[in-house]
This record gives sequence, C-alpha cells and structure tokens, in this order.
Amino acid sequence: MSDSKLLSLSRAIARFVPDSSQVVMGTSLETFIPFAAGHELIRQRKRDLTLIGPISDILFDQVVGGGCVHKIRAAWVGNVITGSGYNFRRAVEGGTIEMEDHSNLTVSMALRAGAMGVPFMPARTALGSDLFKTNTSLKVISCPFTGDTLAAVAAINPDVAIIHVQRADEYGNAHAWGNLGITREACMASRHVIITAEEIVSPDVITSDPNRVITPGFRVSAVVHAPWGAHPSPVPGYYNRDHQGFIDYRTASKTSETFADWQARWVDAVHSSDDYLRLLGEERVAELALNHHVIPEAVDYGY
Amino acid sequence: MGIKNKGYTLPQLMVTAAAREIADNEVIFVGMRLPMLSFFLAKSTHAPNAVGVYELGIVRDTVAPEGILTMGDLPNLFRAQWLADTADAMGLLQQGFVDASFIGGAQVDRFGNLNTSYIGSVENVDTRLPGSGGACDLASLGKRHIIIMAHQKHRFVPRVDYITSPGYGEGPGWRQQMGLTGGGPSAVITTLGVLHFDPDTCEMTLTSVHPGVTVDEVLENTGWPLQIAAELSQTPEPTDAELSMLRRFDPKGYWTGA
Repeated sequence: MSDSKLLSLSRAIARFVPDSSQVVMGTSLETFIPFAAGHELIRQRKRDLTLIGPISDILFDQVVGGGCVHKIRAAWVGNVITGSGYNFRRAVEGGTIEMEDHSNLTVSMALRAGAMGVPFMPARTALGSDLFKTNTSLKVISCPFTGDTLAAVAAINPDVAIIHVQRADEYGNAHAWGNLGITREACMASRHVIITAEEIVSPDVITSDPNRVITPGFRVSAVVHAPWGAHPSPVPGYYNRDHQGFIDYRTASKTSETFADWQARWVDAVHSSDDYLRLLGEERVAELALNHHVIPEAVDYGY
Repeated sequence: MGIKNKGYTLPQLMVTAAAREIADNEVIFVGMRLPMLSFFLAKSTHAPNAVGVYELGIVRDTVAPEGILTMGDLPNLFRAQWLADTADAMGLLQQGFVDASFIGGAQVDRFGNLNTSYIGSVENVDTRLPGSGGACDLASLGKRHIIIMAHQKHRFVPRVDYITSPGYGEGPGWRQQMGLTGGGPSAVITTLGVLHFDPDTCEMTLTSVHPGVTVDEVLENTGWPLQIAAELSQTPEPTDAELSMLRRFDPKGYWTGA
C-alpha cells in the first residue's frame, strides 16, 4: 500500500498551495463549497492566487476580501441568494484584480480539455457574446468536418484543485454523491488535488463502491479531515444549507471595514473545526441536521 | 403601481406570468431565484409533465418536497431523477433537448441582449455585476428563453454595455450569422408588463401590462421608442390556487414577499 496522504488542513494548504498558484474550487456550484480550505488560504495570507471555478457562491468573494487574489477565471462571482459579492465588486471596480469571464459551460469545457490532455474543446455557446472581450481563452473557429461556427475553449490545467467530499480514505480515494458540477474535470485537469472530507474511512468502505469515487487516489496529493468543512453550503447526507450564513455575510461584506471584522471573527480566530463549530453554536448546528433520509438499495460489485 | 391591496405581491404576479410561458411536457432549464418558483408553479398546475434541468447537474421530474432558496438545497436533490455533472446538463442543452429556460438580467436592449457583467465598459468599470453563470449558455443554446427583470429606464437601454447573454444581437439574421443554434428570447416578464419579440423585426413588443400599470408608465421606463402590440392585454392576476401554491414553495416569502 502507498503512504498515507492524511495531513492537517494547514499543512496541506502550506505545502500544495504556494503563492501565485492557480486554484480551482467550488466545483459543485452551490453544494460542497470548500469553505474551511478557502479560509485557510486567507489565514495563511496567500498572495497572487488565480481562482478558477463556475459560480463559487461567496467563497471567491471571501478570498478576494482576504487580499489573496490576483486573477479570477470564472462564470459568476456573488452571493446566490442575495446578489452581489461586495469584495469582488470593489476589487474589479478598483482594478486590483484581473477577470477572465466564462460561462458555466466554457469553464467546464476548459477543465475538460485539461482533463483530456488536449489544447481545447469546442462548444456552441457564447458566440456573439462579449465574453470574448474579457476572455482570451475563447476563440471562434470553423469545424473542420461540418464548417459550423464554434467557440474553441482553451484548456485550463490548474496547479491545484480543492475538493470537499463526504468521505475519503487516507490514500486519496474519495466518495462524493449528489450533484457534482465540474468536480471530475477539475480533479483530472489539476496537477495536485487536495481532498477535504467530512469523514476519513477505511479503504474497504471506498472500494465497496468504486463508481462513487471522484478521481483515483494516485492523482490526489493530500487528504484532510474537515468536518463541517463546507458550511454554510450544504453537503448531501451531512447538513443542509445555512441560508442565514449567506444573508449575514452580505451585511458583513458591505464595506472593507465590516469585512475585516468578519474575517477576524470567522477566519483568523478559528484554528480547527472544533473552534468553528463552537462559534456556530450547538443550536444552529442542530437546525441544519437532515430530517429526511433516503438510503439506496444495496448493489453488488462481486464476481 | 396598482399592485397594493390586491391580495398578491408583484413578484407573485411575475412568477405566475412566467409560469404561463411553460407548456406541458417541455424540458425546462431552471435558473436561480424567481424562475425556480415559476417552474414549480407550472409543474403543479398546467404543466405536470414538465422536466427540470439544473446547471449543477440535477434533473428532476418532480417539485422539491420543501421550499428551497437555491437549486443546490438538499430537498432539490432528494429523489431526483438524475444527479450528474454540469457538462451533462449542458450537454442536454447543447444537443437541443431543452425547450425553454429563464434568465434574470440587469440591463436589456430592444433585441433582448442581456448584460449581467459590466455597467460602463470593460476598460472603465462603473459597476461589476456577478457575470454569466449559465445564463450565456441558456441564451445561446435553448430553443427559447424567457427574461425576468425590473422595468426601469436605466435597465431598458437602447444598447447594452456588454452582451453577457446574446438575444437577437443587432436584429434579424444575426443569431444565424454568429452560429448560435438556440432560438433566442421569446418573452420578457417585467415589473410593469410582459413583452414578446416580433418575429419579423426581432424587436421587443409590449403585449400586456400588469393590473394598474399604464402604457405611458411602461414607455417612460423604457430607454427606446417601444413597440406596442395591436392587441394589448392586461396580465392575468394570480388565482387563489396559484397563490396558495406559491406560499408553499416560498413559505417565508423570501422571493415573493411584499
């Protein structure tokens, strides 16, 4: 058996996310957003990162607010239930970060091209749009077979993917279930993969259901035990979305000053998932528990 | 606005109007916020066999069992028809299996081009908005799409500052010339009325005004000389049955409250 890849969150981020890294996160869109890992980027005062993703909800806004970001390659940055991401707005309007505008399909195709080891993927989206103005990774081409006009989306190969899942073994084999967004492409396209997991389980649990593995363990660089690591976003089988967390963040992020207070309380003062859960409080944690369960029929992978 | 004291809110009227744009058996690509409620309402009334596709990689042929605020809320995953990847949802769209989708906007022009990215210019940004998400894909690839937005003069402009989601571009023939395979915008549901697109000129045309709204009010809030349909109607009010369903889908009135 290979060596264990289990690391603390701080060691995993320190080792695999140097300054200036291209980082893909938030790949399941509104679920499994790796907030604990994103907060660690802020705590370690990372600089000049490029963030890659589809919509990210408020995670990218937080990392921008933490001063860690040089460039964003994404389809949407904001707060899904309230609208604008204020740190993001301030940074783009003030010209302090670069933007490469994607759609959800183009960012998915960019990572798929990276995952497939080809320079681009074709798509029929965005033609005639102004995404081409702010995204040099898009070019209009003519199909060599049909002559159709297509958008060519250049491959993105991030330095590191940060992916939150339900469970993983210490060797990097991870199970995720639910909607997966662009997670599979992101793992395959990235040089390093950091898995943060609600639970660390034995390899037997993982190999009992290999269809649920998101990427083979040998492609994963680090595994981190991070219970509640996606809060306030939801994790299927573990906890519901904490809407109030997103509403409170809107208010907290309205000005740079109020954001600094938010960061001091919710990021800089937190050093473990226990710290975070204490801050959240037992009552709120209990409110997010699942009340309805669906346990699938067992399947047989035997021979 | 004449909505006050009518027993329903403006968002409830808009959601109901949008729901009526969905036909039974259609495949609908469901966007965030009000469009989710419109889809649920259509499914629970006149379109029980409609199927919902969500960009997160979700396909559902039933309404989520509880009120939700985002498409990723766990009730929307509960006993879904299919949980998959974004590329799978987008593949259905790109292959032409999606009949209609819904998009919100910050700025729209007479040809239904939508801007949700930059107010001002790319070089000189006045306001940075969140961006496309899946909106550009829906506008590019769906058989038709329906726009839902506030009707104000600074939003209804002669020419959008940035095309995030293409409508009819500069007019007839433009979409074909660009290589776009989707049909383009079919309707705009606003805070003042409902508009459709003239099949010959591709121009937005006012087809109904909401109860208590005058045509002049619509014209004053539109930044170009707006075409008005010969047979202008009044947007039908939500029925009691529709309102009680909407209260079930949005129990705290987060999206449709006063």
